[in-house]
Amino acid sequence: MRRKPNKKGGLLALMPLYLWTLLLVVFPMGYVLVMSFMTKNDQFGVDFILTLGNYIRLSDPSNMNILLNSLKTAVFTTLLTLLLGYPFAFAMSKRKKSQRNLIMLLVIVPFWTSALLRTYGWMLLMRSNGLLNNVLMGLHLTEKPIQFLYNNGAVLFGMTYSLLPFMILPLYSSLEKLDNSLLEASRDLGAGRLRSFLTITLPMTLPGVVSGCMLVFVPSVGLYFISDLMGGGSGMVLGNLISYYLTTGRDWPMGAALSMVMVVLTFLTMGVYRRFASNDSLGVF
Amino acid sequence: MRTLKRITRGIPGLYLLLILLLMYLPIVVVVAYSFNAQPKGLMWTGFTTEWYPALFQNRQIMASFKNSLIVAGWSCLIAGVIGTLGAVALSRTKIRSAAALETVAMLPIMTPEIALAMAFLVTFSLVGLPSGMLALVLSHATFCIPYILIIVRTRLTGLNPSYEEAARDLGAGPVRAFITVIVPLIAPAILSGVLLAFAMSMDDVIISFFMAGPTSTTFPVYVFGKLKTDVPPTINAMCTVTLGVTFIAVAASQLLRSKGSNT
Repeated sequence: MRRKPNKKGGLLALMPLYLWTLLLVVFPMGYVLVMSFMTKNDQFGVDFILTLGNYIRLSDPSNMNILLNSLKTAVFTTLLTLLLGYPFAFAMSKRKKSQRNLIMLLVIVPFWTSALLRTYGWMLLMRSNGLLNNVLMGLHLTEKPIQFLYNNGAVLFGMTYSLLPFMILPLYSSLEKLDNSLLEASRDLGAGRLRSFLTITLPMTLPGVVSGCMLVFVPSVGLYFISDLMGGGSGMVLGNLISYYLTTGRDWPMGAALSMVMVVLTFLTMGVYRRFASNDSLGVF
Repeated sequence: MRTLKRITRGIPGLYLLLILLLMYLPIVVVVAYSFNAQPKGLMWTGFTTEWYPALFQNRQIMASFKNSLIVAGWSCLIAGVIGTLGAVALSRTKIRSAAALETVAMLPIMTPEIALAMAFLVTFSLVGLPSGMLALVLSHATFCIPYILIIVRTRLTGLNPSYEEAARDLGAGPVRAFITVIVPLIAPAILSGVLLAFAMSMDDVIISFFMAGPTSTTFPVYVFGKLKTDVPPTINAMCTVTLGVTFIAVAASQLLRSKGSNT
């Protein structure tokens, strides 16, 4: 006996989620969109005067430099995490099942634990009187402390470190699903290891590569506390700029326009991701 | 030749080990320094546990920790109820707007946090809601919902519908079938989602920074402020405690999920 699903009950259960999403996701984001076309007034407030000025000001050198730098950081971080993460996910997928599960757990735990505290751990290690410099000086490899922190390289390092699990997890999930018989077939037909990798493994795991890149690229423009703490003024990203306009800069409409840039970037990458990997989740959950 | 082969065979394992070590290195350093006698924690000067009691005597720290717990507790409760109901409802309805709702409901964890923080800041200021605990709870619950939604939804997809059908055939109403059959079956997934959401809320810096009022600083916001100015001697002990809390929550969440997916 099949019963029709209880429609009314289903809709009733959906209401809280629907209302919450409407009031605390759709409305706030819509309001930011509206605000990005408004004008800031002299009292640090916002006037309802429509303007495109905020978007035009994106091209001001002070904004543009940081936008470009953020883009550069995002591209390099994505490339670095891919170069480090692919071999890791590949080696991981070749392990025994029990080992794979353990490594998975070990990768997931830092994925979900505070990036701020882990960034702080690196600061302890890398600062001029930190552990790393003490070791190097103790080994007489350097006379005086090397300045590891407070430059673009440190920001790139911090980003790569924080976002590496975001790359590894989707890569691993697509490598794990890979049908081994395909590889065996190609080896049997005379393809070398490298050729089988390039013609089978790599194309088959492309969805994982794409979702990994997306999961690294998008957050990297927003993780401003990494550039704040490890860059100390250099290597600023889009997130720094938004945070500046929200606090000391006191220009919400400009912050809103920059926020919209970020949201559009998110939608674009989500769109790209949908095209390449229409199958299931991001491999993260 | 043979030894060479044996050596190259070990390379992938070494690589895995090396990356994992690097992943955990900063965490280990923070935990180790929390037992360092020298207050500023630059050189290792001896083992001590004195920073932990000192932590509990610092009223600012304890207040911020309490705030974090309250915010995480309320957000998890709200998100747990809304997310679970939403996941169950979404898995039943076939209306087209449900798919759109699901995508939009996921936005809080897809967009970078600072964009979300800005959206909350301007909206709350528009409706006159001051920064403080309520603003913190509302914003945290919003980004907690997606975690519960995803995890419970995944569990429901793998669930055999005959359990519920049997209950209904035996005369249980929809509400009773939901409470006595579905909820126990998806309970591990709900708990797993709630634990993850709890960890996320306890860890959040960016959104909390803009939502916290002068008397409602959360723990990570307090730590962030201290990292930029004067680093107090208790900071490493402080970080170790939070790491411990989130580690336990995340590990428990993972274990629950791997166990729960067997039925």
